[in-house]
Amino acid sequence: MAANPMSQFDVYRIGPEIKVGALDISFTNASLFMILSTISILLIFNIGSKKNSILPNKIQLLAELSYTFVSKMISDTAGSKAKPYFAFIFSLFMFVLFCNMFGMIPYTFTVTSHIIVTFMLAAFIFIGVTVIGFIKHGFGYLKLFVPSGVPAVLLPLIVVIEIISYLSRPISLSVRLFANMMAGHTMMKVFGGFVISLGIVGGWLPLSFSVALTGLEILVAFLQAYVFAILTCIYLNDALNLHH
Amino acid sequence: MFKKIYFQSIFFSFFFINEAFAAESGGMPQLNPEFWVSQIFWLTLTFGIMYLVLSKLILPKISNNLESRKSQILENIEAAEKQRVDSDAKLKEYDEIISKSKLEANSIFNQAREKAIKDINAKREVLDKQIDQEIAEAEKEIDTLRKNAPNKINKIAIETSSELLQKLIGAEVNNSSISAIVEDLSKRNGDKYYGN
Repeated sequence: MAANPMSQFDVYRIGPEIKVGALDISFTNASLFMILSTISILLIFNIGSKKNSILPNKIQLLAELSYTFVSKMISDTAGSKAKPYFAFIFSLFMFVLFCNMFGMIPYTFTVTSHIIVTFMLAAFIFIGVTVIGFIKHGFGYLKLFVPSGVPAVLLPLIVVIEIISYLSRPISLSVRLFANMMAGHTMMKVFGGFVISLGIVGGWLPLSFSVALTGLEILVAFLQAYVFAILTCIYLNDALNLHH
Repeated sequence: MFKKIYFQSIFFSFFFINEAFAAESGGMPQLNPEFWVSQIFWLTLTFGIMYLVLSKLILPKISNNLESRKSQILENIEAAEKQRVDSDAKLKEYDEIISKSKLEANSIFNQAREKAIKDINAKREVLDKQIDQEIAEAEKEIDTLRKNAPNKINKIAIETSSELLQKLIGAEVNNSSISAIVEDLSKRNGDKYYGN
């Protein structure tokens, strides 16, 4: 297991095989860490919202700071119309953040390092945003692909580019998160391997890199969760306030 | 520099991965569809439950807490403002009372002083009158004394000189001739002795 830096991404079954029809929905290590993240989030925010004291304690402060952080992020990027989607974006941000952060603990599994997970989230966001856009603006939502102030000659080209860029949103959104997490964790594994293979003599340099990388990866874990959430807000903004 | 090393090592790690996977079978575990359905299922389940609990139970509570804190703080600020205004008014009242009582004290003091001055003046007038009277009386007395003085002196002089003559000569001398001489002398030298 230790030799291969990709083996940390292996998904394996925990407990018996569960099948619904032809579909295998067995409980895996990925499921375990999804549940762990969910439980941690719910626990922290439940404790943080239980008592309503004027001077908040630490957990309450954490919960309220996260709340205001996300709500400010939404109102800054998508305006006041995005209020009904606050809970979804908050859950999304927290879920991605906690999955990323759980991945930073040694011997854990990083849920968000799997393209299928991030792609499902991104696809759900993409479909949801598109549906919201069509509900709010009807077929006028298609004006999104026709930017104003573009010369008529360039219009066919621009519309094609806009459509492609719109359709590539879920892919870019999911691959960004997945690739960042995978690359970072692989790097840490590789440098850890170097420490072992170079031994007590030459292992100090990769060890120091490993330490620095851990800090960097924690930053990336937060940053990617933030980017994921803020891009969702931007897509939502396109659907809610049609600017073109 | 660190960034460069970072990206170089990413590149290197991918190189390493490819080599590693050349030895093993399968490639990236992410691209193995064996557990995709399971992951989708569990993701939907956990995320859905988390979303429901957060949106229905927890987030409204947090927003409620924030709102109530905000309103409480606003209320407190309002109360503080009210109390400040009240204390300002009280301070003004106090200042007014102080200045009023100062004025009162001033007027009382002035009245007392005037009264005292009046009393002093009245007493002084009475005293002045008394003194004047006494002076006038004394002057009168002195005047009478002065008026009588030459006659007495003359008398004494006449008697003394008659006795003197009697002792010296041994004969009785006529008083009237002596008194004539004395009067003549006193008239001549009167101005020298009783000069006014």
